[in-house]
Amino acid sequence: MRFVFKTSYAQDLGLFRDGVQRNWYLALLVGVAVLPVLVPAYVGDVSLVFIYGLCGLSLMVLAGYTGLVSLGHAAFLGIGSYAHVYVTQDLGLPWLAGVIAATVIAAAAGVIVGVPALRMTGVYLTIATLAFALIIQEVFARWDAVTGGLKGKAVSKPVIFGVSFAGDNAFYFLCLVVLAAGLWLTANLLRSPTGRAWVAIRDSEIAAQSMGVNLAVYKTMAFAYSAGLMGIAGALFAHKIGFLAQDIFSVLLSIQFLLMVVVGGLGSLHGAIFGAVFVAMLPVMISQARDALPAMLSQPFTLFGKAAGDTVFLALDRFVKQPGLEPGIFGLILVLFILFEPLGIYGRWLKLRVYFSLFPLYKAATFRRQKAYMRSERLR
Amino acid sequence: MTFFAADGLVINFGGIRAVDGVSFEVEQGQVFTIIGPNGAGKTTIFNLVSRIYEPTAGTLVFCDEEITRVPPHEIARRGIARTFQNIELFEHATVLQNLLLGRHAHKRSRFLEELVFLPRVRALELEHREAAEKVIDFLDLQPYRDSLIVNLPYGVRKVVEMARALCTEPKLLLLDEPSSGLSVEETEDMAFWIQDIRTLLGITVLMVEHDMSLVSAVSDRVLALNYGRPLAVGTAREVQEHPDVVKAYLGG
Repeated sequence: MRFVFKTSYAQDLGLFRDGVQRNWYLALLVGVAVLPVLVPAYVGDVSLVFIYGLCGLSLMVLAGYTGLVSLGHAAFLGIGSYAHVYVTQDLGLPWLAGVIAATVIAAAAGVIVGVPALRMTGVYLTIATLAFALIIQEVFARWDAVTGGLKGKAVSKPVIFGVSFAGDNAFYFLCLVVLAAGLWLTANLLRSPTGRAWVAIRDSEIAAQSMGVNLAVYKTMAFAYSAGLMGIAGALFAHKIGFLAQDIFSVLLSIQFLLMVVVGGLGSLHGAIFGAVFVAMLPVMISQARDALPAMLSQPFTLFGKAAGDTVFLALDRFVKQPGLEPGIFGLILVLFILFEPLGIYGRWLKLRVYFSLFPLYKAATFRRQKAYMRSERLR
Repeated sequence: MTFFAADGLVINFGGIRAVDGVSFEVEQGQVFTIIGPNGAGKTTIFNLVSRIYEPTAGTLVFCDEEITRVPPHEIARRGIARTFQNIELFEHATVLQNLLLGRHAHKRSRFLEELVFLPRVRALELEHREAAEKVIDFLDLQPYRDSLIVNLPYGVRKVVEMARALCTEPKLLLLDEPSSGLSVEETEDMAFWIQDIRTLLGITVLMVEHDMSLVSAVSDRVLALNYGRPLAVGTAREVQEHPDVVKAYLGG
C-alpha cells in the first residue's frame, strides 16, 4: 500500500494526489488520444460519452455536490443546443460566439430556475425543475422562428476559425478537449471556497449559514454553473445528433442524466465520467448483444438436433427484439445499484482498489457500514 | 462600550412564548453560561443570537452595533461563531474541509479567479490552511485531519465542531451544550479547552450547559432560565443556591 508523505500544505492543493496518480491520468489521456486509431468503429460512440460526461459533470455539481436534485437538466441541454444553432446558423456568427451564447443563455435560465427554487428543498425542488423542463420543451415546440418548431432544425458541421471539424476524428478530439477543460474548471472550483460552500450546503444548510455562507447566492451559483456547463454540452450535442427536434430534450433524457450521476457515484467527478460511459455505451452494448446473444446461447442446444437449436434461437431472438427492453435494463440496473452499491461505480472501484492494495490482508467487513444513530435522518 | 447585550428578547412560536423578555449582558473576556431545565429556551436564545430565528421583540447588540436585523450569514463575518447541540458537521467531507469551511467568512477570492485557480487563489488557500492548522494544533486534531466526519467517534466530532467555529476567528463563541454526550474525561478536557479559549485566544464564550461541574469550573457568570423567563444571574455558586433555581429544578 502506498502512503503519500506530505511535507507542505501546497501538496493538498494539487489536482492530483501525487506524481503516480498524475502519471496514471496522463496514461489515460494518451489512451483516449490513440483510441480513434485502435477502435475506429467506436469513435462516434465515444464522442457521445464525452458529451454525456459534460452533462454528468453539470448534474454532479448540482446534485452530487450541492445536494439539489434536478429532473430538468435536458431543458438546459436543449437551451444550449438551440441557442448555439440559432447564433451560428441563423445569425451567422462564429462557432465560439455560439458556444458562449449557449453557455450564457443556459446559465441565465439556470438562475431563473434557481431563484424561485431557493424556497424549495428536496423532492419539491425536483418537481419544480421537472415542471420547468416540461415548459421549456413546449417552448421548443412552439417557437418556430428560433427552434424550427415541430419540423426541427438541421445542424451543420462545426467550423472553428475556418478549420472544419466535420470528420468523426476531429469532432472526437473537439469533444475531448472541451470535456477536459470542463473537468479542470470544475475541479478548480471544488478545491476553492466556492466548492466547499456547495458541499457545506449539501451536508448541513444551517451550519453552512452560521459559518457565513449566503445560501441564496451559492445555490443560485450552483444552478448557474451547472446550467452553463449543460449549455456547452448542448452546443456539442447539437453537432453530434445533427438534427434538433424538440422531443429529444424530453424528461426521459433528464432521467438518464440523473441515472448517470447515481450509477456513476454521487459526490465525485469520477462518478460523472463513469456514469457517462455507462449510459452512453450501454445502448451500444445492448444492440450488439441483441445480434450476438441468440446465436451464441442457442449453440449448445444444437447438440440435441437442429430443430431444438432453431427453436431456442427463435425464442431468444423474439425476446431480445422486444421493444422496451432497453429502458427495462436501465431501470433494473438503477434498482440494483441503489440496493447494492449506493456509492455507484466509483464507490465499487474504490473498494476494488483497496482490496488489491491490501491484498492478502483484506477483511470482508472493511466497508461494512454500521448504522449510526447520532442524528435523526432528515428528509431533504 | 457594550460587547454583547440582549435586551428584552421575546419570541413566539404560534401560541407558545419560548423566550419571554430575556435581557443579559456579556462582558468581553467572560465565560457566560445559560442554564435551565429542558425546554427553558436556552437553545432558542442561541438561535436568536445567530439570527436563525426572528425575534418577536427585543434587540441584540454586539460590539456597539445592533445586529437584530442582520442576515444570518452576516453573523459569522461580524465575529460570532457557534456550535450545535446535535452536531451539524459536513459529514461527507474531511475534518480539514470542515475547518476550511469555517474560514468562509474570510473568503476573499472571486468566482472567476477560482474557476481558473489563479496564483492569488492558491496563496489565499494556503493562508486559510495555515489558520486552520493553528486550530488543529490548539485542539490536538492532527490524527484526524484527513478522516471523513462519518468515520469519527462522537467525542471527536464535538471537538471538530468547536474547531470549525474557532476557524472563523470569532470574538464571541457560542457553545451549545459542549459536554453533552461526552465521557467524564472528555468533559474535563472540554473544561480546559474552554478556559484556554478564553485566556489564550482571548475569545468571549457564551454557552448553554447542563453539567454543573463544567459550569462551575469555567463560568464567570451564570444565567438561569425557566419557561423562557430569567430566574437569576450571578456567579455559578450564587445561582445554584438561589431559591427560585432550586425550586425550578427540584420542584416544590
